[in-house]
Amino acid sequence: MVNAIGPQNLNSFSEASVSVEIETEDMTLNIGPQHPSTHGVLRLVAKVDGEKVHDVKPVLGYMHRGYEKLAEVRSYPQITTLVNRIDWVAGFSNEIPFIAGAERLMEIDVPERAKYIRLILTEMARISSHFVFNGAYALEVGALTPIFYAMEDRERVLDLIESVTGGRFHPNFNRIGGVKPAAGAGPTSKKNIQDLPAGFYRDTKVAMEKVIMAADQFQNLIGGNEVFKKRTKNVGVLTPETAEAYGVSGPILRASGVKSDLRMQTDYLPYDQFDYDIPVGENGDCYDRWDVRVKEMVESAKIVLQAIDSMPSGPLQAKVPKVIKVPQGRTYVRAENPKGEMGYYIVSDGGLGPYRLKVRTASFSNVSILPIMLEGALLPDLIAIMGSLDFVLGDVDR
Amino acid sequence: MTEVLIKVGFLAIAALNGAIIFTIMDVKGASWMQRRPGPLHVGLRGFIFPLAEILKFVQKEDIIPTEVDRPVFKWAPAYVMVSCVALFAVVPLSPTLVVADLELGVFFALAISSLGTIGVLTAGWSSANKYSLMGGLRAAGQLIAYELPLILAVVGVVIQAETMSLVGIVEKQIEWGVPFVVGGQIIGFLIFMVAATAEMMRVPFDMPIGESELTMGFMTEYSGIRFLIFYISEYMNMFILCAIASTLFLGGYHVPLLPTEWVNFYGPVVLLTKTAILGFILVAIRWSQPRFREDQLQNLAWKILIPASLVNILVTAVLKVGF
Repeated sequence: MVNAIGPQNLNSFSEASVSVEIETEDMTLNIGPQHPSTHGVLRLVAKVDGEKVHDVKPVLGYMHRGYEKLAEVRSYPQITTLVNRIDWVAGFSNEIPFIAGAERLMEIDVPERAKYIRLILTEMARISSHFVFNGAYALEVGALTPIFYAMEDRERVLDLIESVTGGRFHPNFNRIGGVKPAAGAGPTSKKNIQDLPAGFYRDTKVAMEKVIMAADQFQNLIGGNEVFKKRTKNVGVLTPETAEAYGVSGPILRASGVKSDLRMQTDYLPYDQFDYDIPVGENGDCYDRWDVRVKEMVESAKIVLQAIDSMPSGPLQAKVPKVIKVPQGRTYVRAENPKGEMGYYIVSDGGLGPYRLKVRTASFSNVSILPIMLEGALLPDLIAIMGSLDFVLGDVDR
Repeated sequence: MTEVLIKVGFLAIAALNGAIIFTIMDVKGASWMQRRPGPLHVGLRGFIFPLAEILKFVQKEDIIPTEVDRPVFKWAPAYVMVSCVALFAVVPLSPTLVVADLELGVFFALAISSLGTIGVLTAGWSSANKYSLMGGLRAAGQLIAYELPLILAVVGVVIQAETMSLVGIVEKQIEWGVPFVVGGQIIGFLIFMVAATAEMMRVPFDMPIGESELTMGFMTEYSGIRFLIFYISEYMNMFILCAIASTLFLGGYHVPLLPTEWVNFYGPVVLLTKTAILGFILVAIRWSQPRFREDQLQNLAWKILIPASLVNILVTAVLKVGF
């Protein structure tokens, strides 16, 4: 309220005039579940004052498919089909920790060659996931072109995955004790069947060099763009303490400056035999999260190139019983997936399927920091921050 | 009476054709930069694509949600369209090929060009949709921030040409021998183009539409032919602002060294070429740049463009008086 202006309070006139505030009610804005930038069906209930966001509540569950429960009534070989669909952008990566967990309970030694093939395909899945992120993120900050280039380049990688596994998004390629004999592997005699398709090494080399080129292109054309820098630098800064406290993992955690990568810390796949860097960001802002992912693509391509050069020969499958029964016990296997840490807690009672399967997905924890990061952000920043977390709703809800 | 009818018919046809030419250019530019096969190769090398686009919109259902303010909602696209078409009246294709050579042509153009925002604002307000409302308000904020540099950039030209008639401005440039953009108004030209881009609501200033943020902003609730009117108006606006920019700064219907007697014949071609070049720059920017944030746009307008255009006016005036 402005006081009546008279000579007695003329001194405070300037103060009085600035203290006038228009009282406005906050508007509740439902962002999603149907919104182009929510990567599916995430719903954010935002309290906005004009462009400023005061309070955000993520509402999850629109894509809950009950995979944990479904897994209880299925046998182990059947479950790989389900887990493919958790993070569908990198379907292959989801199988690895589950299969590794079952193998650990059964105490099976997986042949080296099978491990290498798994590793190559996982890294390819990571590359294709980051391609999708690159295109989608540029789209979210308003650049319409990069997604076409990203999708075109991703296609090369998906073609390779398809040539080995027969599936582009949902390969369903891992078997307990190894991998499925590759599709299109030449004549169906028993000796030749267990091999990668003809020309796979050559095509992979070409594709990986293209990936490195594409990442370079992204660095120049998107990362070097002044408008993109203005939109992402110092936007949505996430401190390493907050990130760790909320269980954030993957590229988001590394962008905040924490050098944490399960590929180096655990041994679910033979990553220790390769030479690669773990890109780490400095500020933990949107730009760093983007930058870390682009650099990771290059590192993944390097790993694949090294793996192809040092591919061991041998069988693709360990000796396993015809009917797979996992002995009683429990285990937790985690892996570094494109979105972050993914883990399966398998409880087995000695039957054909798990007694209980708990899936720990990266996107779920990553989405949980949204209310903190979006406090006081502007609406365009909300989209930029949300996009930089790179979640997939199937990965959030299971 | 016949003359008036001919002029009105010319306006309608010119506006529509300008919009279609720019639509083709935008789509072609996009498909060329994005390596999209569709608009490049399908159907007469992609040239009948806009026709298919228009037919598609015409046959779609015109949905009007129940909660909207019906009359305002229905008429909002018309405001936008009319303000664009009216602008075509003052642009000279040659000294005689002009619908209305107004004494205050520049003033008329600037006044009418800001009218379209009223249509955008009412569309946003009447849609009964929060995204639309935010889009409309962003458009209004943008208008206030960008109308000023747009006008101030033109003031330099007016001082230099000593007239506000668009034909007079072009004649002055012919008299000078070089277009104003070479003859001292380069800063004014750049400011005008940036401000015009914001006025057209094109990337990187497309916040009122902002597909990834506001799901199309003020156009969210529109469908069918009403959406088409918005869509075409956008390209009409782009065409006409490019034409005005080339008239004011690039010498309009004339290029140096061509004989002035033949201007009625080559004038329209020259103006269209200049307009298309400016349009191509806008297309290239649209498909290669991300979007600014609303507050960054305001900063750019108030802290950089307006001071720069004031300095531009000062320098122009001093030089004008000095020489």
